Amino acid sequence: MAEEVVLFGTWGSPFSRRVELALKLKGVEYKYIEEDLTNKSPLLLKYNPIHKKIPVLVHNGKPIVESQVILEYIDETWQGYPLLPKDPYERAIARFWAKFIDDKCLPVIFKALWGDEKEHEKAVEEASELLMFIEEELKEKRFFGGESIGMVDIIANIIAFWQGIFEEASGVELLTKEKFPKLINWSHEFVSNSVVKECLPPRDKLIAHLRKRFGSHNASK
Amino acid sequence: MADEVVLLDFWPSMFGMRVRIALAEKGIKYQYKEEDLRHKSELLLKMNPVHKQIPLLIHNGKPVCESLIIVQYIDEVWNHKSPLLPSDPYQRAHARFWADFVDRKVYGVGRKLWATKGEEQEAAKKEFLEIYKTLESELGEKPYFGGETFGFVDLSFVTFYSWFYVYENFGKFSMEAEFPQIVAWVKRCMQKESIANTLPDQKKIYEFVLELKKIFGLE
Repeated sequence: MAEEVVLFGTWGSPFSRRVELALKLKGVEYKYIEEDLTNKSPLLLKYNPIHKKIPVLVHNGKPIVESQVILEYIDETWQGYPLLPKDPYERAIARFWAKFIDDKCLPVIFKALWGDEKEHEKAVEEASELLMFIEEELKEKRFFGGESIGMVDIIANIIAFWQGIFEEASGVELLTKEKFPKLINWSHEFVSNSVVKECLPPRDKLIAHLRKRFGSHNASK
Repeated sequence: MADEVVLLDFWPSMFGMRVRIALAEKGIKYQYKEEDLRHKSELLLKMNPVHKQIPLLIHNGKPVCESLIIVQYIDEVWNHKSPLLPSDPYQRAHARFWADFVDRKVYGVGRKLWATKGEEQEAAKKEFLEIYKTLESELGEKPYFGGETFGFVDLSFVTFYSWFYVYENFGKFSMEAEFPQIVAWVKRCMQKESIANTLPDQKKIYEFVLELKKIFGLE
């Protein structure tokens, strides 16, 4: 029976781009459907009734949601390129950092970039502290996954590519080469990878979109 | 070489309870260390510098953090009996989704219910009822969230049973009246030794919350 893999996503979302990257690394053929989040399709609402969000992966008619859950599903379903290490302890470490990035870092980074003026200083300080944990976790490795891109690298796509764009659009400086030399280096390695390049949105289009959506920190002064 | 397993935990924590149940299910011998969360031990701070939180499992000197990550680790290392996750990738994804839902939604709303007053508490109650309704709907007619057998989602949610009396008391409602299927499911789970022996008494948790409210001036 022919396999049917469909991905519902949006062009600018790091979360749906993560799934694209995982599928491409595994060499899985898929159909992509661009969602308009201001006018969600009946299919999206049917496949993700609880959260009504993208990305949604539909494999032979069965939906999987939440990007980290989807990534583990992809790794378990298709052999070949490993997204997670084989060793249980290393898998636990990978899951820990993936969760840390999404659950802890991202909300704080967002607050630092587009949050309340009053809480700005505190948010920037907190975001820096959290990013420092990630900087230290990288150690001397080329990627979080070691010699090749793994699940944590994919989850950190938002730091590798979107972060710089967020900062440009919002006018806030967070991820500097002086403070985070390893992360900056890793970002370059990551975005230079030929498969990753296929899974990144056009820079200028994204900046314009974000400026329109969130405004700029400098503009409010 | 004998395995050395240490669990740093805090007795009322529903997250810690998940790990205790998983260890019991697998028949793993371990050393339990009770943490005083207002005076965290050197060991906790050293082994979990990022979050400084329990539960923390230390296996042969190596730390694993975050309850659901610990449970998956336990399942993968001690894979000889009592599987905690299904073997089919789609069912695993389904289980991970719902366990994540419990993590994101259930703890927060429960806390708001006992820690707030007035309008905020009313809003929390409304949210609480909606979330539990969603869970009850997911359970449906199945004996367990995992289907015929107790699984990952059951494990992630059943530990909140210890806190039901707290929620009922502060929310002024009856869990049995509002969510008969969830209560029936909990009673089914409590027939398992690993769960009945792990979950603290509801009244003890209630007394703990009263103390907590006093300490933090939340009365």
